[in-house]
Amino acid sequence: MKGGSPRRYREWGLAYLMLLPALVVFAVFTFYPFARNFKLALYQNPPFPGLPSRYVGLHQVGTVLSSTSFHQSLVSTFFYVLMVVPTGLLGGLLLALAAHKAIRGMSIFRTVFSSTVVTSVAVAAVVFGTLMDPVVGLLPWLGIDPHPAILQNPTWALPAVALIAVWQFLGLSFIIMTAGLQSLPDEVLEAARLDGAGTWTMFWRVTVPLLSPTLFFGLVVGTIYAFQSFGQIDILIGPQNSGFTHTNVLLYAVYQALSIQNDPGMAAVLSIVLFVILLVFTLIQLRFLERRVTYANA
Amino acid sequence: MAGVSFQRVSKRFDETAAVDDLTLDVHDGELLVLLGPSGCGKTTALRMVAGLEDPTHGDVSIGGSVVNNVEPKDRDVAMVFQSYALYPHMTIRRNIEFPLRQQRVSAEERTRRSDEAAATLGLTELLERKPGQLSGGQRQRVALARAIVRDPQVFLMDEPLSNLDATLRIQTRADIVALQRRLGTTTLYVTHDQVEAMTMGHRIAVMRDGRLQQVAAPQELYERPATTFVASFLGSPGMNLVPASASGGELRIGDAVVGAASGSSDGPLTLGFRPESAHLDVEGLNAEVVLVEQLGAETHVICKIGDGTKVVVRQGRDAVRPDLGDHVAIVVDANSLHTFDPTSGVRIEPAQ
Repeated sequence: MKGGSPRRYREWGLAYLMLLPALVVFAVFTFYPFARNFKLALYQNPPFPGLPSRYVGLHQVGTVLSSTSFHQSLVSTFFYVLMVVPTGLLGGLLLALAAHKAIRGMSIFRTVFSSTVVTSVAVAAVVFGTLMDPVVGLLPWLGIDPHPAILQNPTWALPAVALIAVWQFLGLSFIIMTAGLQSLPDEVLEAARLDGAGTWTMFWRVTVPLLSPTLFFGLVVGTIYAFQSFGQIDILIGPQNSGFTHTNVLLYAVYQALSIQNDPGMAAVLSIVLFVILLVFTLIQLRFLERRVTYANA
Repeated sequence: MAGVSFQRVSKRFDETAAVDDLTLDVHDGELLVLLGPSGCGKTTALRMVAGLEDPTHGDVSIGGSVVNNVEPKDRDVAMVFQSYALYPHMTIRRNIEFPLRQQRVSAEERTRRSDEAAATLGLTELLERKPGQLSGGQRQRVALARAIVRDPQVFLMDEPLSNLDATLRIQTRADIVALQRRLGTTTLYVTHDQVEAMTMGHRIAVMRDGRLQQVAAPQELYERPATTFVASFLGSPGMNLVPASASGGELRIGDAVVGAASGSSDGPLTLGFRPESAHLDVEGLNAEVVLVEQLGAETHVICKIGDGTKVVVRQGRDAVRPDLGDHVAIVVDANSLHTFDPTSGVRIEPAQ
């Protein structure tokens, strides 16, 4: 269809014209910084401010990747994600199941359960920080006196900041799970009841498989969310404790490298690592887990 | 085997009565069709037998014992849903076996019975597939197989054919009837399609606004409808209902005498006659042709009579077809007249 070409060009032109505003925004705030970051990773910072940075190629990548602090950060991140995602998803699912009943006043509970989504991380951190405070917090009130205080404690600091992330993720997780539960086909659940399925069988053999697209979506979203935790660590551990490295998850390590150590090169390398990890995780999830997901086709 | 019985059963949702004082017996081994327009309460009645809804008043019994407080899984009933309600993540075999697994039937027995059910419904080739890979008709048969594999006391079917295309619907309709007659399992079948009801049911229970209108064998329902609603709901098209009057032993529509009034006292009434009980002639009830529908074997001539009421006349293939706007005369077979009370719509029986 040669005759159609000019028209097609015109349509393409119009399409790009309409996309232009979005493209500009993306270019300025996403594409350019993304590319620039790769460049930064190849330059080493001068030992003293004011001197020009030096091109070192992949050398800096090697240095960062083999450093102890990076390894520690990686381990912390791994445990952190492992604590946040399954707990948050399971908690959200349990809350959603509890609220998935037509009881008067249930909408109040729904509002309460989902409210953590709209709570700012700063507020959450301050509230939890107070609860975990060694003097005025919940533990001394209960008569428990951990040494050192929870947030300075090598064993408990990471679980403590993970707890805040779980609490915050619960709201989103609850909303996702509730939406999932409400979209389940009633007739299939009723058929299972008539077929003699008990509560347990019903949940594991029918509800969970039918909910698998939702669970999968929650897993992807939750993983990305967990990897991007920053606020509560900054507020509760923060630069004032920069020697305390047990809660240096990757994103925080990026921030620390840039703002405290003033080393954009290292920060760039770390953020690329974070990007690659998230990319790989998401690809793995899409490729392997999605096979086990059944999308109901009505 | 067991019958199902409703004893003065009502179901209210807030202020509205979905089912209102329903008393109905489904005999052992019978296929009873619950027929009515959407919202008439037929599905609610079915769901109360399944245990998916609790009656507000009255008793539902299966096999002679009241099941109001019996869990759905303990009622020994199998249900076929409009959407088929298959388990999308399980293979067809797993779907069919599911109720047996819940009953802890041994693996050999399970395989034997699911093979048998699959063979009965021509699904043997599809056992390893998933529901998503099947056509609508095949899924429908899987739902039936899952129901029959349990050998339940009662089958409950909720508009099982309405998601199928016309050809498949007629085919599956015959299959379900054959299956039910062979197994002899008591079946309660819900539909809004009067043709389905007429062709499938041993008896039909017609419902409207939650109330039972009439229960009877299909032919009796057609020939002696108890109310104007039943008269107009059955048949395609339904019975013509015309305001008429009885005076001096004669039935009149307007000025035209259409038959003898036997048993009805003088005064207004509603006169009913089937489209096939009328024909066009040179003299009779004057009318104007407003629409002619040709269906091949027959033709429906829709006419408007003096007071504006529309009347359908069914013509055979040989009849002379009138044109739109023609003035015609309708003659009704005097032996095929039905009379109803003009306000309540209840049938008035001619005196013997």
